[in-house]
Amino acid sequence: MVSFILKRLAQSLLVMAIVSAVSFSLFNFVGDPVNNMVGQDATREQRVEIRQQLGLDDPILTQYVRFIGNMTKGEFGLSYRIKRPVDDLILERLPATIELVFVSAIISLFFGIVLGIYTGIKRNSWVSRVILSTSLAGVSLPTFVIGIGLIYVFAVHLRWLPSSGRGGTIDLGWWKTSLLTVDGWRAIILPSITLSLFQLTLILRLVRAEMLEVMRTDFIKFARARGLSEKAINFRHALRNTLVPVITIIGLNIGGLIAFSVVTETVFQWPGTGLMFIQAVGFVDVPIMAAYLVFVALLFVIINLVVDILYFVIDPRIRLGG
Amino acid sequence: MDALNDKPMTRWERFKDNDIVWSFLGSPGAMIAAVVSTVMILACFFAPLIAPFDPFDPAQISLWDGKLPPAWVEGGQSQYVLGTDNQGRDMLSTILYGGRLSILVGLAAICLGMVMGVILGVIAGYVGGVTDAVIMRLADVQLTIPGILLAILINGIGRAALPLELREEFAIYVVILAIGLTDWPQFARVARGATLVETNKEYVQAARIIGLPSWLVMVRHILPNTLRPILVIATIGLALAIISEATLSFLGQGIPPTTPSLGTLIRVGNEYLFSGLWWITLFPAIALIVLVFSVNLLGDWLRDALNPKLR
Repeated sequence: MVSFILKRLAQSLLVMAIVSAVSFSLFNFVGDPVNNMVGQDATREQRVEIRQQLGLDDPILTQYVRFIGNMTKGEFGLSYRIKRPVDDLILERLPATIELVFVSAIISLFFGIVLGIYTGIKRNSWVSRVILSTSLAGVSLPTFVIGIGLIYVFAVHLRWLPSSGRGGTIDLGWWKTSLLTVDGWRAIILPSITLSLFQLTLILRLVRAEMLEVMRTDFIKFARARGLSEKAINFRHALRNTLVPVITIIGLNIGGLIAFSVVTETVFQWPGTGLMFIQAVGFVDVPIMAAYLVFVALLFVIINLVVDILYFVIDPRIRLGG
Repeated sequence: MDALNDKPMTRWERFKDNDIVWSFLGSPGAMIAAVVSTVMILACFFAPLIAPFDPFDPAQISLWDGKLPPAWVEGGQSQYVLGTDNQGRDMLSTILYGGRLSILVGLAAICLGMVMGVILGVIAGYVGGVTDAVIMRLADVQLTIPGILLAILINGIGRAALPLELREEFAIYVVILAIGLTDWPQFARVARGATLVETNKEYVQAARIIGLPSWLVMVRHILPNTLRPILVIATIGLALAIISEATLSFLGQGIPPTTPSLGTLIRVGNEYLFSGLWWITLFPAIALIVLVFSVNLLGDWLRDALNPKLR
């Protein structure tokens, strides 16, 4: 157990080392940091002064070590464009992204698992077939097209729901939430459906495949031979055994939602970290790009680590075999 | 089939006897998908011949004809079947040209990912040891981050590294590179798996014993046997690559509006959606969805057809 976790931990550290090296090199290879901080008309002396302040004349290794040091403290310097500390900017926009991802995760997990179980048990009914073919269409629909479609129907044509923004927010200390206001809920409906649809189809197909796999095993045949009711077989025997992979699914799901939140936030002008990142890429705002890169990598490393450990704890086959 | 038949089979008969062809002829969904995607790809590639207008020729565009609805809607003109966009370009022609670019970028990206992944995967599987560990660890690390995010990042870094005046010109290559670099780990994994299986077979050992250099064993003997599973991922990967390109372009990070792809067209059209000009977005979006859907269907069928376990 301990050696397994240590191995995983070492791998996570390796990922973070690679990512931080990439994000560090962004500062050096993408544009001239001094040019990005001062205006066109800065004098030579001012430039030299800033170079020294930033320590750009130090050896590259010293700079990297300093970067890592700052990184662990969450400091990435000032945004080139907005001239404010990057960590403040990210913290400010994080609640919007987390709330969007949270609502979408619930939608996609709930409907994905329920529909997956249904299509797994009643594999030959016409309802299952309709659900399955729709899900293949869902995989083929790019997220942004879904978003545009929903905006056109529900915001432009029917005028039921807002097409952009977060609606009203309520301040809870440092966390600004929009989940406590009515127009906040109205605003989150379209983006969260857009974001969850692709994940929903993915989860549906995974759960269904898993269900079919379990249904074929000997112990289900044996349960049937014992004359147990369909209900007992489906829910007490089959479903329980499909629940183990659900943990992996949740991990994958949250990862995918964070990745595609960049797209969804752009379509709906949702003021989260994804939108900030896309704008930063557009303006070559290196500190924000670097910080977002490290931040997202850290998030993924943590998700993967937790999933691996949970897997290990829950499934005795892995624990004993590995 | 008939082993006693002394007449050797013609090429066509042998072709028909192939298990993939047989499975294809028994699956109407796959046939429809194949027809639709072939027609779309051909139409896009021959865009200069079929398209009623040349959207890049300023002489054929007039702003007077801008924002016309499709021909069957009131106010539409019969020469512009699907209407015109904000600059007065014929939608049908722009979609054909845009589709050509989307497909080309998708193909180029998936080829890059495939070549890179297969080379690294076969080497990892054949050589083993430290090389294997390094390559596959790298693939694992990359797979922890979702593809689209990585593509946006690589693309952003690539654009930022280019000087401003070259950014538009090289945008297409940056996009291809970004998507291709995101795709290689899946190919590497599958190629490595197939290589491990093949390496232990007798014919490969025989080839080694007669003293063939290892690169020749890899290229001539192992590579051809890894191609079937690779083909499946490449097909599904093509659909994903087209979506990735469209997404990047939609986010304004991909192909510039001067030489639009389907994603760029949807992005431009999106700005006019609120004024009720639905056709500028809708038709490129439909083209994109139908293209991706049919390629996906083909990939799905291919996966089942090439996987003997599911038959």
